[in-house]
Amino acid sequence: MDEMAALIEPHIPSLRRYAYALLRGDEAADDLVQDCLERAVRGWRLRPRDGQVRLWLFTILRNRYIDGFRARRMRGLQVDAAVLEQVPASGVDGEARLAALDVLAGIEQLPEEQRSALLLVAVEELSYADTARVLDVPVGTVMSRLARARERLKQLLERGAGPALRRVK
Amino acid sequence: MTGSAPLGEDDLQAYADGRLEGERLLAVEAWLAENPSATANIENWRRQKEALRTRLAGKAAEPIPARLRVAAIRDQQKRRQHEFLRRIAAAVLWIALGLGGGWAGRGLMEPADGAAGIAMVRPADPALVPARQLVADAADAHRAFVVEVTHPVEVKADQEQHLVKWLTKRVGKPLTAPDLSRFGYSLMGGRLLPAEGEAAAQLMYENEAGERLTLYLRADGSGETAFRFMAGGDVSAFYWVDRGLGFALTATLEREKLLEMAEAVYVQFEKG
Repeated sequence: MDEMAALIEPHIPSLRRYAYALLRGDEAADDLVQDCLERAVRGWRLRPRDGQVRLWLFTILRNRYIDGFRARRMRGLQVDAAVLEQVPASGVDGEARLAALDVLAGIEQLPEEQRSALLLVAVEELSYADTARVLDVPVGTVMSRLARARERLKQLLERGAGPALRRVK
Repeated sequence: MTGSAPLGEDDLQAYADGRLEGERLLAVEAWLAENPSATANIENWRRQKEALRTRLAGKAAEPIPARLRVAAIRDQQKRRQHEFLRRIAAAVLWIALGLGGGWAGRGLMEPADGAAGIAMVRPADPALVPARQLVADAADAHRAFVVEVTHPVEVKADQEQHLVKWLTKRVGKPLTAPDLSRFGYSLMGGRLLPAEGEAAAQLMYENEAGERLTLYLRADGSGETAFRFMAGGDVSAFYWVDRGLGFALTATLEREKLLEMAEAVYVQFEKG
């Protein structure tokens, strides 16, 4: 029992981060994480034995997100007011700050498969191979999703760097 | 470029992520030196990455909400499972009552003999702790039905499998009829009994000598207990509560023998 908590809980902060990046609402994100954890606890016997609990948890969470969780929980996009006001850590230069403010809105525009690839690699720092496992696609597919995600995000942020961002400031 | 594998989009991604090393890294650096626009792209990707990480760093640094603790998740699941089991049990009871006519009522009317020892309390006596109520009910049911010659069980062993299967499917938790054959007992079948407005199941086993024992099962949320033993009059019982289910194994047997079988039942449910 304690073993289960010891193996699962260290990953909860990053699961919450990933969920939040997918959903952009605190409550909705934690609902998704809870859903994921419930599955994990119930299916604990089925966990991979190679110590890859982290990947397993990410896989469950992502599948739950896709499996209509979003449709049920999210009637339209719920964005906390805090999202618009939140200022990134000080010390970030102006350009990075603008990007930080809007980057979540930017990835929101990406198809989920690209968004997840980018988040898992860039934020969660999964290896490409591990990302491929979570997304259940070949590594080559991960690489091309990543390339498309980054290209698209670049365009979105460049385009958005005009009036849309000023509104936030 | 050297003669090694040609540079690919994946190399640029890996470079942006700082995941290249050795010759590959050198090759990409050499190529980028001649392709300033690609270099600018990579700079941009790196800023995106940094922006994402900065933006999301706070989320991972937050303390974990109480409801996401593994212990909390498990507690909640236990409660839900128990609630579900109760509902199923209640539904099963209604079906059984509908199909079985007045049998349940008849069972209740029959005065059980050998009243000494195990208390026979009906209706439920709040003074009894739940587990004691469980074993009292179980002993009651045991006495009422082991003496039956013509209808010792409501559902014979073959149909029992069907019932067990159905329950398992609906409850999402294996409710198997334990195998006691290594003790010389085989399953005769089972019946459903009313238990404080809900349903209990009684499984009956018999050995070659015609001696019978019963396993009484019902939803019990009173918390897990250790094995407890109770003897009185002609019967003895081991009873316990585990994962939302109350068990009572009742027979006319010595304590040691019965304990062995109770442990076997416990182990089989644990595995299930």
